Amino acid sequence: MTPVRKKRLWLILALVLGVGVSAALVLQAFNQNMMFYYSPKDIKAGQAPANHDFRVGGLVVAGTVKRDPSSLDVHFDVTDLTETVTVKYTGILPDLFREGQGIIARGRLLPDGVVEAAEVLAKHDENYMPPEVADSLPHKPAEEAQ
Amino acid sequence: MAEFFHMGGYALYVWSSIGITAVVLLLNVLLPLQKHREMLRRAADFHELEGGNHDTR
Amino acid sequence: MIKTEAAPSNSGLFKLWYHRMASPVWFYRISGKLLPWLWALFAVLLVTGLYGGLVTAPADYQQGDSFRIIYVHVPAAWLSMFVYMVMAVSGAIALIWRIKLAEMVLVSCAPIGASFTFIALVTGSLWGKPMWGTWWVWDARMTSELILLFLYLGVIGLYSAIEDKRMASRAVAILALVGIVNIPIIHYSVEWWNTLHQGATVTKFDKPSIHIDMLIPLLLMAGAFKVFFAISLLLRTRNELLERELPRKWVKQLVEENDG
Repeated sequence: MTPVRKKRLWLILALVLGVGVSAALVLQAFNQNMMFYYSPKDIKAGQAPANHDFRVGGLVVAGTVKRDPSSLDVHFDVTDLTETVTVKYTGILPDLFREGQGIIARGRLLPDGVVEAAEVLAKHDENYMPPEVADSLPHKPAEEAQ
Repeated sequence: MAEFFHMGGYALYVWSSIGITAVVLLLNVLLPLQKHREMLRRAADFHELEGGNHDTR
Repeated sequence: MIKTEAAPSNSGLFKLWYHRMASPVWFYRISGKLLPWLWALFAVLLVTGLYGGLVTAPADYQQGDSFRIIYVHVPAAWLSMFVYMVMAVSGAIALIWRIKLAEMVLVSCAPIGASFTFIALVTGSLWGKPMWGTWWVWDARMTSELILLFLYLGVIGLYSAIEDKRMASRAVAILALVGIVNIPIIHYSVEWWNTLHQGATVTKFDKPSIHIDMLIPLLLMAGAFKVFFAISLLLRTRNELLERELPRKWVKQLVEENDG
């Protein structure tokens, strides 16, 4: 093979590899997004899968966050303002996790109807303001946006 | 002042974001400037060789 | 305007401008004169933007001081898309009119765009860890931005892999134009899909949902980044020009001027 052809071959290989990797990443993203997003209402209606991971999203209900003083165990209720489901989790919660905050938990449904989360992520909205301004609003923007 | 550097406990995240940005942007001018000097040198060499008989007038 | 006999007509003026724009010597001289002004403008915007963002802007009601990462993250993310647009438009001009200068702008954009994309991804990660609780998720916004980085790297790689630089420019122009589909995907990903990344704050038709004291430094920083892009683009395009036109007479004159 001449050096020129060899170079072309490598070029084509690199291009194919690049397109392939990009396509795989897109599919990966789609897969994760298509991994069904269940609201507490869906879970109460028995629609959540019993044997594999899914995501549940909603607001953390005020006054339901209970931390175990001796470990990192925590459980709390998540609501879509219609139904409520309990999530338990072991680990460090993100800084934004607080009552009334929107969160997304990935995990499995236990037989007793509790979601055992492997991961808890906090979702914030696109509003940025100083605390004084947030306090003066009639509704907290974080809650309004959900 | 200490409070400014502390960034409400997020110093690591905020300052490393700014540091990485600064380094990447700095490279984006330093490398082209370095190459510019090299190009001018190469141009000088090239035209010196070509126009060598200039000196004899 | 002073009228002289030699004054060209309107269309003549346009032609003159058009030829000058594409003329390497003219570009080299004008950009050299422009650069100090751009540096000055960049310094002013950067200093005021950083001071505003890191010192005078109040902390966010939810995110505290960690939200200050916005002042490098968002300008870098905006520029990562803007540079791509400039690159693709240059690619189209290079393909259609075969203007050499457009080819040089095209290839000069890629490393700068890759840098901004890299900054957006890394600072996003540094912001996501404390706030969301994760360095990375495969959501549509982040994945499409990562693909943007690969597109830039693809342009750089493809250009360096082809020996004949005029042919390389054409190949790269096509790649840049194909990749442009990714730009609306990045921008609208937060609306089209259910992403962890929140929606747009400033670039939406509504009024920006950010307090004015936080917004002004952000716009200053965005301006600073844009001017920086202009500086870096001019520097790189000048190098590209020198490299391609090394044997030409104007380069010889330039060298002689430098010596004298």
